[in-house]
Parts: sequence; structure tokens; C-alpha cells
Amino acid sequence: MDLAWMGWTWQTGAFFGSIVLALIGMTIFSIKYPQSPKMGILRFETTPGDRLFMSLLGSAFICLGWLAMFGSPLWWALLVCCIYAFCVFRWV
Amino acid sequence: MTKTWNNKAWFMVLPVVILVAFSALLPLMTVVNYSIQDTFGNNQFFFAGFEWFEEIMTSSRFHDALGRQFLFSTIILAIEVPLGIFIAMNLPSKGWKSSLCLVLISLPLLIPLNVVGTIWQIFGRADIGLLGASIAALGLDYNYTQNAVDAWITIIVMDVWHWTSLVALLCFAGLQSIPEAYYQAARIDGASKWATFRYIQLPKMHGVLLIAVLLRFMDSFMIYTEPFVLTGGGPGNSTTFLSIDLVKMAIGQFDLGPAAAFSLIYFLIILLMSFIFYTVMNSLDKKEG
Repeated sequence: MDLAWMGWTWQTGAFFGSIVLALIGMTIFSIKYPQSPKMGILRFETTPGDRLFMSLLGSAFICLGWLAMFGSPLWWALLVCCIYAFCVFRWV
Repeated sequence: MTKTWNNKAWFMVLPVVILVAFSALLPLMTVVNYSIQDTFGNNQFFFAGFEWFEEIMTSSRFHDALGRQFLFSTIILAIEVPLGIFIAMNLPSKGWKSSLCLVLISLPLLIPLNVVGTIWQIFGRADIGLLGASIAALGLDYNYTQNAVDAWITIIVMDVWHWTSLVALLCFAGLQSIPEAYYQAARIDGASKWATFRYIQLPKMHGVLLIAVLLRFMDSFMIYTEPFVLTGGGPGNSTTFLSIDLVKMAIGQFDLGPAAAFSLIYFLIILLMSFIFYTVMNSLDKKEG
């Protein structure tokens, strides 16, 4: 099957691959160590899946904000995203 | 006793998974791929990194369209949700009158989007349109093709006319599901009309209101056809909303890379806003009990 029209690059492949791996990892983790939803500082219940979603979505906006303010590259933004994701999983 | 697992259900959802993959996931992946490259057709791509995202995030054109889009959605929600609740509360609840009213208020929902735009385009014209001619007869200077405020008012009125029925129908369904015993209890307690609305009807409508607000927000945030047919994004750029700007960029200018970056940012904003709406309204719902 010719997928040239999709314009794949190794960077986008790695990006989607990491999201798929995160989803598989979270699924395995939730089967092995089932967790009930918890109430965090935002005062609403979140499951680990919700926290992953919030981390990914928030990270996307951190990167966009970084591009708007400082431009490329995004290595420092990536560090901020990791800290943000840690905070979401720890306290939200 | 050992628990047995039946995985047949996974096969039941397989058709939906395949359908979603072809209609949503593959196009989304393609847009992500395009957003970091430049192309002039023939499947030839040149890597551009985050250049397009940087360009869009710093462009005043995008900021202006985003501002207009938020303003439009805010106005639409502020008008359509209270108006829809008001209409639903005043509809006859039983009998043939109820059915007749439901059919009548559903009519605008059945009209295709481009036809709605065309109807209002003619309706608002001062020379041949009933609305435009009536306003002109009152001595008011109304021209939606030349005046930005007139264009905005016309688009808002058109959207309210087209979509308030949806909110009203959802609220009506929510109101119909409230058992009569609640109203009897309210009457025994001597509750006022406002108290009945605030403590019985509104909490019971939470679920449908959540759906109505989400649907109307997403629809109004993605609006394209009606304003495009009515004003074409003008006068100037005064009614150029995000989707109109995006189509100009992708199809008019054939800038596929920047358009892909634009559409991803657009998608992320819709995702974020929908998540916030859903979470806030869900938590309010739980608090109300």
C-alpha cells in the first residue's frame, strides 16, 4: 500500500509511536495496579487516563506558547512539559 | 470461583474502530505530517520543523480570527442557551399543541447550512429582502455587505434562528423527564416559580444542558458555511472566522504546511475548551447531587 500521500517522517512516526506506547503502558499499568479516581487540587475526580490526557493536551499548549514567545528549538519546552506532566500526575 | 473473560465484545467494536481510523485518525495523522513539512504537490515534501507553528502562533491574522471566533461563540452561547431554556419552559407540555410546536420549532434544523446562508443573504438585502427592506423603511442605515456591525448582527441573528431550536428541544426533553411528584412537593412547600426553576428544573436539566452547551460551542467554534455564504468573511475581514481563514489558506493559497499547523492549533483549542466545559459542568452536576 502506497502511503506517500500521508507524508510520513521519522519524527512524526516517533511522535505517534510514543503516544501509542504511553497508552499501552497506561493500560497495562491500570490492569496490574487498578486505581480508583482521585480528587486533586482542581477539586474534580481524575483517573490516570484523564491525567495522561491533561498532560498531553497541556504539553501541546506549553510547546505552542514556547514557539510564540521564544521560537524553536523546543528542548527547554520539553523539560517544562515533563515537569508539568509530573505535577499533573502527582497533584491533579 | 474463577472469573471467565469473553473477548467477543472486542470484535463488536471493531467496525467502529476501523471506521474511526479511516475517517478521523488517518486524516489527523496526515495533517500532523503535513504540519512539519512543505509541499508543492506530487507527494514531494520538504522538512520544515516547527516553522509553520511558529509562523501561525505569531501571526496577527490568526490572532484576529481567533478573537473573532471566541467573541462569536460567547455571544451565541449567551443568547441561545437562556433563550432555548425560556422557549422550552413555555412550550405546551402535552397534547397536539405540544407536537405542533415541536415540529414548527424543529423546521430551521432541517434546512441545509448553505441554504440558510442563502436565505439570510436574500432576506437581509435592502433592495429585495424582507428584513433589509423593512429596516430600511424604518429609516435605519442597514447594509451587511458594507458595515461590519450589521454583518455581525445578521450572522448572530441567523445563527440564533437556526440553532436555538436545538437547545430548546434538548431542554424540553430534560423538562419532560421530571416526575410530577417534584412539582407537587414544590407546590406543597409554597415554592415560587423562580425557586421551582432554580432548585428543580435547572438541576434536572443539567445533563441535557451539558450536551447543548458542548454542541453549540463546538458548532459555533467551527462555523463555516453560513457566514461564508452570507458575507464571504467580509466586509474586509470583519467576519473571517477561523474556519474561513483556514479554508482560504489551505485551498485558496494552497499553503498546505501552514494550513495543517493552523488546523492542529484550531483542533487543540476546541479540544481544550470542550474538556473544560465538560469537566466544569460535570463537577457542577455532581455537586448539585
